[in-house]
Amino acid sequence: MSRRRGSGPLDVDRWRPAPFLPVRDTRDSALVFVVAVLCFLACLTALGVIASDRAARGWSQQLSGEMTVIVRPKANETPDSAAARTAETLAGVAGVAEARALEREKAEALITPWLGDAVDLADLPVPRLVAVVLDRDAPATAESLRRALQARGLDAVVDDHTTWLADIQRGAAIARWVGLGVFLLIASAAAAVVAFATRAGLAARREVVELLHLTGAEDVFIARLFQVRFAQMAAGAGLVGAGTAAALGAAMRLGGGGQGLTPVLPVAWSDLLAVLPCPLAAALVAAVAARMTAASLIRELS
Amino acid sequence: MSRNLNAAEPTEAWDAVVRFDDVSMRYGREPETLKDLTFSLPQGSFHFVTGPSGAGKTSLLKLIYLAAQPSKGLLHLFGQDVAKAPADVRPFLRRRIGVVFQEFRLLDHLSAFDNAAVPLRIAGQKPDTYRQDVAELLTWVGLKDRMHVLPPTLAGGEKQRLAIARAVVGRPDILLADEPTGNVDHEMGLRILRLFLELNRLGTTVLIATHDQDLVARSGMPVLHLEDGRLTHMGPFSPGGRS
Repeated sequence: MSRRRGSGPLDVDRWRPAPFLPVRDTRDSALVFVVAVLCFLACLTALGVIASDRAARGWSQQLSGEMTVIVRPKANETPDSAAARTAETLAGVAGVAEARALEREKAEALITPWLGDAVDLADLPVPRLVAVVLDRDAPATAESLRRALQARGLDAVVDDHTTWLADIQRGAAIARWVGLGVFLLIASAAAAVVAFATRAGLAARREVVELLHLTGAEDVFIARLFQVRFAQMAAGAGLVGAGTAAALGAAMRLGGGGQGLTPVLPVAWSDLLAVLPCPLAAALVAAVAARMTAASLIRELS
Repeated sequence: MSRNLNAAEPTEAWDAVVRFDDVSMRYGREPETLKDLTFSLPQGSFHFVTGPSGAGKTSLLKLIYLAAQPSKGLLHLFGQDVAKAPADVRPFLRRRIGVVFQEFRLLDHLSAFDNAAVPLRIAGQKPDTYRQDVAELLTWVGLKDRMHVLPPTLAGGEKQRLAIARAVVGRPDILLADEPTGNVDHEMGLRILRLFLELNRLGTTVLIATHDQDLVARSGMPVLHLEDGRLTHMGPFSPGGRS
């Protein structure tokens, strides 16, 4: 049975000229799928990179914004009173936002992993800890805390986390660069595949290029035809990929409450905006690839 | 052996819409497909290109519709040396040439009507200006009831008639046809010949590559006879002879 575009003799659509390139072509399905998947992966990686960067910054800020003071009670005072006095002293130092003596249970909980359950901690002189939160804008230095403690005659050691901070910052930097590298790798692979798939899709329409060329279409006209067609297709596929990645990012944000999926990978709502350039980039790559391929095909024909 | 057959066409150079001066052509590094061709086609002339398979008939047409370039010699179209024609001029030369391709080259996603209208759309015409002409032409070639059908559903003869309609719809200055009656019955073959003769009467230069000796004999038009890429005869058709 014949395939007809219209249904009746008065159907004006039958007389409306169809585009030189089909609006939908089953041969494009694979191309659309590949572009959508690659855009999805690129966007997901971008979200991952942004989130891991935020996490790394968070770890550094957290460590550099806090100090821990280990209090050794003197002979004439209890550990609790020594810790309380230390906290009180430190709370008054400029650049300290908060100083809080940790309960004995918390201090014991911190050393239990090192000693195991076999040891009765009640028999040990477990040092008491004071957690100090520094002022974010003008933080106090470890030296200023030490001076304040000496001035009050308190026997305490100030740990400013310097040892850990360097490691954490190095780890964060590595995580950041690795993430960026993976993103660039996936983004360039996506661009290469989009370009390759576009070339393959266009080569499959060689007969259209040839006929238009031999019928007198100008090279620019043919190139523009394919450029627009493939750019639209890639933009659509990019939109699907980016949209899916954004939806997944939103699910991670919603599922993880205030900190995103996990404190290790905190996703913010604003991160989802990072997927916006993806359809545009896919369209641009496809347009350039289509134009170059069309020009190359036309050169072969001329 | 090739001969200079310009003498067979007593026309001035400026009057020739197609002129070959010692033209040869080869595909890549293959041996020459066409060898030392020299002839001219005056405006409004009608010729058949005859010769056995592989003689170079299709290649000769390809040179004229600018799908290939001479490897040697000068080819002039409408008085212009095509080798020196700027790239942006060549499409406009092609628009003056209608081609019936041997393999039809129809676009499967376009209706028969849209296929026939391709040259007009490329030339920038609006649907309102060509709708009636295209419909009449398709009616004339017997595709009145098949205008909105896609090519894959057309029979071989219908495709051929559609390809012919597309080639002539723009009233080209030159009409080239490669075996245009190969897939149609005798009656339709004669009908197509009448169409070509009518176009020729209106001033179109016609060049038809064919194996159909009956068609050539009926037309009474001169032939260009090719043998192994060489032009061996240009002039009246001689039944049972070299043509």
